[in-house]
Amino acid sequence: MLRNSPTRYGLISVFFHWSMALLLVGLFAMGLWMVELNYYDNWYHQAPGLHKSLGLLVIFMWFVRLLWRLFDRLPEPEANSPAWQQRIAKAMHQLFYVLIFLLVFAGYMISTGEDAGIEFFGMFEVPAIFSAFEEQADVAGWIHWALSWLLMICVLLHTSAALQHHFILRDRTLLKMLGRKG
Amino acid sequence: MAMKKLLATGLIATASLCFSNTAMSADYVIDTKGAHASIQFRVKHLGYSWLVGRFNKFEGQFSYDADAPEKTTIEVKIDPASIDSNHAERDKHLRGDDFLDVRKYRASKFVGTGLEVMSDGKMVLTGDFTLHGHTNPIQLQVSEIGEGQDPWGGYRHGFTAFTVINTSDYGFKSILSPVSRQIELFLNIEGVRQ
Repeated sequence: MLRNSPTRYGLISVFFHWSMALLLVGLFAMGLWMVELNYYDNWYHQAPGLHKSLGLLVIFMWFVRLLWRLFDRLPEPEANSPAWQQRIAKAMHQLFYVLIFLLVFAGYMISTGEDAGIEFFGMFEVPAIFSAFEEQADVAGWIHWALSWLLMICVLLHTSAALQHHFILRDRTLLKMLGRKG
Repeated sequence: MAMKKLLATGLIATASLCFSNTAMSADYVIDTKGAHASIQFRVKHLGYSWLVGRFNKFEGQFSYDADAPEKTTIEVKIDPASIDSNHAERDKHLRGDDFLDVRKYRASKFVGTGLEVMSDGKMVLTGDFTLHGHTNPIQLQVSEIGEGQDPWGGYRHGFTAFTVINTSDYGFKSILSPVSRQIELFLNIEGVRQ
């Protein structure tokens, strides 16, 4: 039930997949919205604070999820899909791990550009490690922005592929990630 | 032979130029290397307190003669990208196009055109200040702090200067409320005589 089986993802994988999907898309929208806020807006300080806490949550989940992935087995791909598609799908899954890590890291580099740490929901602070150069926040900000768009493009491709499997090929690809048994 | 002669004439001319300069006034280089100089600013935050920051990178030189202060010249070049208010996200915002737009306006400078000693002994320095691509004449209140030999074989002369500028004169967007549109600038400069 908790672990993956050959025919479906287990509850732990399902939880990580959908909660991180929600977080990442939500953080993207929040990021676009919050940078346009007026200085005197109620959310001017709260939104970036929440964005940073949720970003840290993403990277904590990323780490646990990666460990879990190394311990758990993966379900079998659909037999009807060609090998090249399976390779692309697998590459995309790996790219997600890389992109999410770099995205959070770039965000971390913005806020910690001048030695200040980042608070996690007021519970503790992740300290600054790299305060490398004067315009670090600007460079990191640009990379954070570019990676977030790249990630969303990948999410779009990944979602399109899943929907294609579900509605056009009518196989169990999407159902497996919903934890449905075969 | 002609080359040698030219070189000699040049050397003499240069030497006499230096000589006449030191005789009339002293040339100083602002000691930014030793960080015995600073450019600070302060802006009211919401009207409730002062936010203080500084420009970390600048350089300049001045020429000053106590007997002829009106002949004072000064030039200070400031790197606006070096703005530092001790907060990464705020400094990123200040460097961006809402404020200094440092990618577009790479240089800021102050060129002094005259120093006037008032009847009460206070000094007023007039000059042109360039910031955010806009140049305006400004006046700074100047105080002499001190001068003399330093322990390392040099001679130093220090001043402090103060002025207030309006963000609207320099083409900044009015995204902050009117209480935060005046910027006070404080310059502390220590010149090392050349």
